Amino acid sequence: MIAPREEFKSWQSGVAGNGSGNGSGNGSSYGAVRSSEAKLVKKTDDSLGGDLLEVAMGPHHPSTHGVFRMDVVLDGETVVKLKPVFGYLHRNHEKIGETNSYLAAIPYTDRLDYICSMTNNWAYVHTVEKLTGLQPPERAEYIRVIVAELTRLVNHTCLIGFLVQDMGALGTPLMYAFRERENIIDLFESLSGSRMMFNYMRFGGLRCDLPPGWIEQAKRVVANYSRFLDDYEALLSGNEILLARSQGVGVLKKDLAISAGVTGPMLRASGVNYDLRKVDQYGIYNRFQFRIPLGEHGDVFDRYMIRVLEMREAVKILDQALAQIPEGPINDPKAKLRGLRPKPGEVYGRIESPKGELGFYLITDGSPNPYRFRIRPPSLINLTILEDMCLGQSVADAVIILGSVDIVLGEVDR
Amino acid sequence: MQSLEQIKVRIEQAVPGACVVIVANDALPTQSSLLLDHRHAVDVARFLRDDPELCFDYASNVTGVDRPESIIKEKVRVKKMVDGAECLIEEVSERKTRAYLEAVYHLYSMKLKHGPLIIRLQTENREEKTHLPSLTPVWRSCEFQEREAFDLFGILFDGHPDLRRILMWDGFKDFPMRKDYVDPDDYEYEPTPHDEVLERAKQHYKPEVQS
Repeated sequence: MIAPREEFKSWQSGVAGNGSGNGSGNGSSYGAVRSSEAKLVKKTDDSLGGDLLEVAMGPHHPSTHGVFRMDVVLDGETVVKLKPVFGYLHRNHEKIGETNSYLAAIPYTDRLDYICSMTNNWAYVHTVEKLTGLQPPERAEYIRVIVAELTRLVNHTCLIGFLVQDMGALGTPLMYAFRERENIIDLFESLSGSRMMFNYMRFGGLRCDLPPGWIEQAKRVVANYSRFLDDYEALLSGNEILLARSQGVGVLKKDLAISAGVTGPMLRASGVNYDLRKVDQYGIYNRFQFRIPLGEHGDVFDRYMIRVLEMREAVKILDQALAQIPEGPINDPKAKLRGLRPKPGEVYGRIESPKGELGFYLITDGSPNPYRFRIRPPSLINLTILEDMCLGQSVADAVIILGSVDIVLGEVDR
Repeated sequence: MQSLEQIKVRIEQAVPGACVVIVANDALPTQSSLLLDHRHAVDVARFLRDDPELCFDYASNVTGVDRPESIIKEKVRVKKMVDGAECLIEEVSERKTRAYLEAVYHLYSMKLKHGPLIIRLQTENREEKTHLPSLTPVWRSCEFQEREAFDLFGILFDGHPDLRRILMWDGFKDFPMRKDYVDPDDYEYEPTPHDEVLERAKQHYKPEVQS
């Protein structure tokens, strides 16, 4: 596989050249102090005797994307310490999972990352299928890939909308993103009857087949999407404010990203080629031609750009899947939904959700409920290095860095 | 990826004195795990991370499991002399399992793209000896997940840089993911001055004798 890094690099340098040279330079040379390695920034003049200021950003701060709190210590405007505080949305999902049957846990997974309910469903049923050896039929696999990639489009579009909203582009890009999200949500609604909590996948298949005319409508939405992406990029990617605010901000080095277990677009923005769609090849991802975009600097701009390029790849996958989807059954005839009792043991299954590696770890003891129901949330683990990325940056940049991590609090707090 | 037996042999060669036990997984044999001892756990983890052939540089999932004491009933057929004749009689034998807490780590390699290797650590009991060595110095991704295991299960990770509650609030006393946890009737109960007044009033006015 050829990683399209060259393309991305030429693309990125082209943009940097378009910017008017003052301020918006290349990511690596932007600002000497602005690096994640900048530890405690020494005060320039101690005789002034300025105090450190402790600020609790959140849990109701609009830039925290939910009920999330950052306890920030500021020296002037520079962040010298940052501690994330979680738990405002904690409902002990794992305990609820232990008291429910295997089937009854599916609707709860919708509530984890409520923007990407489809991939949450998939991660869970994928894990149970791994445990029980069920094999979904061809058509179900195709539908899964289609809805998962549509979910990826929804998530990345919305994230970019929120991110540029944090940078001060109030309204317009986010409304454009939500307009496109609406088309995809309409598709999901006609598929599952719900606009957010889809509860669509089952072990060994799906709850129901596609309604008539769905494929044609999906093809129309996907065909319009690349045009929308062109518009969106024309609006944003060359924007001087976006370049100045994002390049060289919140740099995450490759080694730290791997050690901290960062996954998803954040990891690939730091230049690590690790995408579970290629590594594990779950489902039928080995049948599609697509590439994994990789970043080079690991800053906020790379994370933005990776998501844009990932959306373009998702459109490619969708084009292929919508063209190839066969007729046929959508459920494994061996599948038993109610009263499923897998034999004792344990399993860890994971898929590439739009935010990173979403994993489920189940321990079974032969009873109808799981003995242990663990969710590996990508949003929470991607926040491990939030402090490392924010140290030495200004507090306004900390907001953008948090935005570029892409968290949903339903998944962080569970 | 090498098989578990090979990895076990290599660990025992590289870390002298390390005691490694393979824990079988009946449902999914490819996801069997290695049980490590406390004293060498950090060294073994470093070896697993740094060895060029294994290179498990990515700790994906870290979690706790509660194993309270349980009674396993087994039916055993025993030969016995009944009324002078030998016959098979089913007897139920009861066996108590050890009570402990467990930390499970799922390791993958981002460099060599293999995995998972599952390692487990077990505490001595569930009450007071719930200490385990922290692997956060080896893999940074354990930081929040070990905090979560401490918060919800009460596993104390020695050597963790910042072991505080993460999801529950700081004043919370119990460990909610344990199997014997009973949640309180009312989370939002707050003693008010009114309760004290009521209590005093109860003592002052003796209950009327019912006739």
